[in-house]
Amino acid sequence: MSARRVPWTLIVFLVAATVPWVGSRYDTFLAEQIAIDALFAVSLNLLLGTTGLVSFGHVAYFGVGAYVCGILMKTYELPFVVAFPAAGLGTAAFALVSGYFCVRLIKLYFAMLTLAFSQIVWAICYKWNDMTGGDQGLPEIPYPNLDWMSSIPGLGDLRINDQFYLFSLVLIAISLAVLQRIVRSPFGRVLTTIRDNPERAAFIGINVRAYQLAAFVVAGTFAGFAGALYGIFSRGVFADYVFWSKSAEVMIMAILGGMDFFWGPPVGALALVWLNQEITDVTQYWPFVLGTILLVLLFAFPGGIVGGVHALWIRTRGKDRA
Amino acid sequence: MAGTLLFSQFMGGLTTAMFLFLIASGLSLVFGVMRVINFAHGSFYMLGAYLAWQGMAWLDPWVGGFWIATLFAATSVALLGAIVERLFFRSLYGREELYQLLFTYALVLILGDVAKFLWGTGQISVSTPPSLSGSIEIFGTTQPLYNLFVLAIGPAIAFCGWLVLNRTGIGRMVRAAQMDREMLDALGANVGTIYTGMFVISAFFAGLSGALITPIQSIVPGMDVLIIVQAFIVVVIGGMGSLWGTFWGSVIYGQVLSFGILIFPSFSLFSVFALMAVILIVRPWGLFGKPLL
Repeated sequence: MSARRVPWTLIVFLVAATVPWVGSRYDTFLAEQIAIDALFAVSLNLLLGTTGLVSFGHVAYFGVGAYVCGILMKTYELPFVVAFPAAGLGTAAFALVSGYFCVRLIKLYFAMLTLAFSQIVWAICYKWNDMTGGDQGLPEIPYPNLDWMSSIPGLGDLRINDQFYLFSLVLIAISLAVLQRIVRSPFGRVLTTIRDNPERAAFIGINVRAYQLAAFVVAGTFAGFAGALYGIFSRGVFADYVFWSKSAEVMIMAILGGMDFFWGPPVGALALVWLNQEITDVTQYWPFVLGTILLVLLFAFPGGIVGGVHALWIRTRGKDRA
Repeated sequence: MAGTLLFSQFMGGLTTAMFLFLIASGLSLVFGVMRVINFAHGSFYMLGAYLAWQGMAWLDPWVGGFWIATLFAATSVALLGAIVERLFFRSLYGREELYQLLFTYALVLILGDVAKFLWGTGQISVSTPPSLSGSIEIFGTTQPLYNLFVLAIGPAIAFCGWLVLNRTGIGRMVRAAQMDREMLDALGANVGTIYTGMFVISAFFAGLSGALITPIQSIVPGMDVLIIVQAFIVVVIGGMGSLWGTFWGSVIYGQVLSFGILIFPSFSLFSVFALMAVILIVRPWGLFGKPLL
């Protein structure tokens, strides 16, 4: 344990909040994408890095959150304050049911079942025309009513998308703070114990499946929140969001940043969104670049960016890890 | 009339099934021996299709071109499999599944773009080889000869595979590697060679099935990620690592999809994924597989 703890969530939040003033409209767009992806990747990492569960279907929960929030706000014209918590609740319920079955399986079978559930969600979203818009998707999801923000000095003359950016930044910062508390709580320590040695954890009286299921539900719920924000941010929800390859993308974010660190996945999200933006300017072969990055990571830097920096830090300082 | 419709759905489902069997058998083989789920298997299949088209284009005026192109495609993909296994995959065997899964996913990304770079993003189609371009009437339905050829090839390969696995020395080694690779290694068998061999055979079948599907389906980018999920379903239903399981899994998948479209048109996709989930929940080792220890 390090003696003093830097309030990273607050610092990152404050820096990110200046983007609408110091950056262009496009910078704000990128920043929002990064923030949402960061929350999504951190929620996945609660399973991947903290609990040691390889979920290949995490995008299902992102998608359920996006669809529930989008359908409630667009089709039923409910306000955001109702739709957003409902998206979290709906995703939690789905994660509870699907997770109940998933955590009973080990390793590759777990990965396959999560993949199966995410493809079930995809098949439903893709075909249920009346509710989800089918392959046409659900365009033109309204922004939440942010008029109250205009009365705050300094925020009044911002565009609605900048206001929504700040608003979602607050929600994401709160979510990240909660997730960080969870990871560092006794509950989080038990999850890490389970990751390191499930048999031993079971021997000391821990109900391994119950803890894994709890982690699954928490991870799913926050993925749902990320999805709900993403639907509004991108002005629509489409079945493509739920296709299995998206699960792989968010997994790459978590690993690129470093699974062993809470701030790894957000760094991965930042790096990947930024790289994507730089590279798609030059060439259409982004997947090729992504695949190559992944190869280099797997063979040369399995600890990811944060892991690499951390190792370098230890080597230069000769200081042991906390 | 209704009988004709049912029969043609049945035959359609069976053709889908035999293709999936060709693809999924390699996937299942690699899983059974190496305990690895190879996402890149779909990419091997796609490369097989593109290479077959390329081979045809090179051999153009020649009548027997399709068969040579098919052989060329399957062999090239097998060679690629050998390179991938020897250069990269080998060093990941001791690592966690996550790294192995992501490695194969990196291949999906890279090979997908290589195919786009070499052959563009448009649709490409290959005409049926002249020797099989006709069709015959069965129970009032028209069945293309080529589809019947595919229907015959599936069981033939399943039978040959079964013979090799159960009646030859090599097959015994493979089965031993499935059961306990450390013990086999300790007994002095060259497990590394067996692994390379399995990977190469698996890639060969992926390339072969990609080449063989070209007369029926046009070649498009993205066919790799679409097929791999279907192959997963088949392997899960039948039981990962079991050859006959994969065979019957394909048949079940083909029929569920084919009749699902007839009964609930918009939920046939849903039904196959639901079937996969139910099997994983009730019997994770599949209908014909054995529980893993």
